[in-house]
Amino acid sequence: MSVNATPTGADVAAQAERAGGRHAAVPTQRAGRRRPPLSENKRAERRLGWLLCAPAALVMLAVTAYPIIYSVWLSLQRFDLRFPDEREFVGLENYLTVLTNEFWWTAFGVTALITVVTVAVELVLGMGLALVMHRTLVGRGIVRTAALIPYGIVTVVAAFSWRYAWTPGTGYLANLFSDGAPLTERASSLAIIMLAEIWKTTPFMALLLMAGLALVPEDLLKAASTDGATAWQRFTRVMLPVMKPAILVALLFRTLDAFRVFDNIFVLTAGGNETSSVSMLAYNNLIRGLNLGIGSTMSVLIFITVAIIAFIFVKLFGTAAPGSSDDERR
Amino acid sequence: MATETTTRAKLRWGLLDAVVVVFALIPVLWIASLSFKTPATLTDGRFIPREWTLDNYRTIFDTDQFVRALVNSIGIALIATAVAVVLGAMAAYAIARLDFPGKRLLVGVSLLIAMFPQVSLVSPLFEIERQLHLFDTWPGLILPYITFALPLAIYTLSAFFKQIPWDLEKAAKMDGATQGQAFRRVIAPLAAPGLFTTAILVFIFCWNDFLFAITLTSTERARTVPVALSFFTGESQFEDPTGAICAAAVVITIPIILFVLFFQRRIVSGLTSGAVKG
Repeated sequence: MSVNATPTGADVAAQAERAGGRHAAVPTQRAGRRRPPLSENKRAERRLGWLLCAPAALVMLAVTAYPIIYSVWLSLQRFDLRFPDEREFVGLENYLTVLTNEFWWTAFGVTALITVVTVAVELVLGMGLALVMHRTLVGRGIVRTAALIPYGIVTVVAAFSWRYAWTPGTGYLANLFSDGAPLTERASSLAIIMLAEIWKTTPFMALLLMAGLALVPEDLLKAASTDGATAWQRFTRVMLPVMKPAILVALLFRTLDAFRVFDNIFVLTAGGNETSSVSMLAYNNLIRGLNLGIGSTMSVLIFITVAIIAFIFVKLFGTAAPGSSDDERR
Repeated sequence: MATETTTRAKLRWGLLDAVVVVFALIPVLWIASLSFKTPATLTDGRFIPREWTLDNYRTIFDTDQFVRALVNSIGIALIATAVAVVLGAMAAYAIARLDFPGKRLLVGVSLLIAMFPQVSLVSPLFEIERQLHLFDTWPGLILPYITFALPLAIYTLSAFFKQIPWDLEKAAKMDGATQGQAFRRVIAPLAAPGLFTTAILVFIFCWNDFLFAITLTSTERARTVPVALSFFTGESQFEDPTGAICAAAVVITIPIILFVLFFQRRIVSGLTSGAVKG
């Protein structure tokens, strides 16, 4: 079971750790074991394996690894498409410019706030939704179908729906809850952006958590119940420990995803009133400003931030699933 | 199964179900409602239209802008889905069935790409595609879509492939079937549901994308509907674009609703097996 490419929570953790932490060490790692001469069959199997994986691997690397390296190179240059003649190597100047810029830090703060709030709310709501989808006695199909709609719907479409809902005069929500124009004020705009994000992505969180719920043994719950455990105790003492790996996977993916927030902000506020996320700011510098140097610098900084977040989670994974990581086979 | 399914418990669950369904559907119904309103009643703020009209739909299908974008969206998403599923199936077969060095590396790389911040690619891809003349073309969008769909495809498919009873293939061959027959008659039918599920998930992903579509296109040549929608705003062509935007939004939501209605079980099993289960 442990030599398994499909990730269980622990496998994902182990893989992420290998891929993230020990990047360079991977090829040499297995050099020590299994040295006997390969049979003809074995060798054919290896060749077929490589052949089958090569196209996917090549595409993935060509479209991500090369551009990100190129992006680092671009970020070290003054490169504004409006003034192509002034292109020159400037070292870390762009990083200095971005990191001392208040817009960058405002956007960074907004992104971090949105990420933390939405993921926290989604975890709670997603857990509730997962329980409903998993345990409901009636209408299970209907609930699951309904929950998939926010997951599947185009984010831009949902964002327009929220925008018109909060437009004074036009919207049913604006008329009910506010007398001003909520999308023209910073605090209410941010709240609406978060509402839109939470609506859209809670079902995904719930589906990942539901996969964890399915792993909770029914007998264990029954046993706890006969021993007099309350529903809350069954949840915290029985379900949560079993689900821990699934919860961490869900949190990791949602956190990284939330940090990329772009579509909703673009449609709801276009970044007005200091509601830009870092993605929005990078987009503005590139497409509106045509400043490739600064745009690339932001790209690299976002990449590094995401790598740090992933690294922290992987460290958490490591302690969350001791023994199930495959250290013993190394 | 449950021994004491009292009416009270059923009622309680039914109420919870209703809350979920209402929350999930309200924004969709709202935008549909707006799309059917007449210009005069558009800003009345009522959830249900007082006067119904199909004019908004006529308007958008009369404009080149929307029809072109719809063609682009469908073409790009279908091609990207087909390629990603084929490449993904090859890799997933190798991962599920073969033993070769580098397998774990591939899985690790896929995982990294699933976590990759797409916005980091926007600047370099913009410049690279301009140099390669891929900017504002179908392949210019198809390539990044394939890339980011591949991890999803590989995980989901290898989970499915592991569940296929491959011994049946051997059994068929022992009964006199050729390798080709064994594959066509035995393995392909077993693998088809997994491929189909993966294709739906990948299609939804491509259909949804906004970031790449808005940064790597500049004209109607390759602009997809989500981007075209955001450009309806402020066009002088429509007096008030709200109705048109809502109608276009409803049109691109229809395929999603159909997928969800008909393939709910598959989508749920695909998402849960690919993401967490072992």
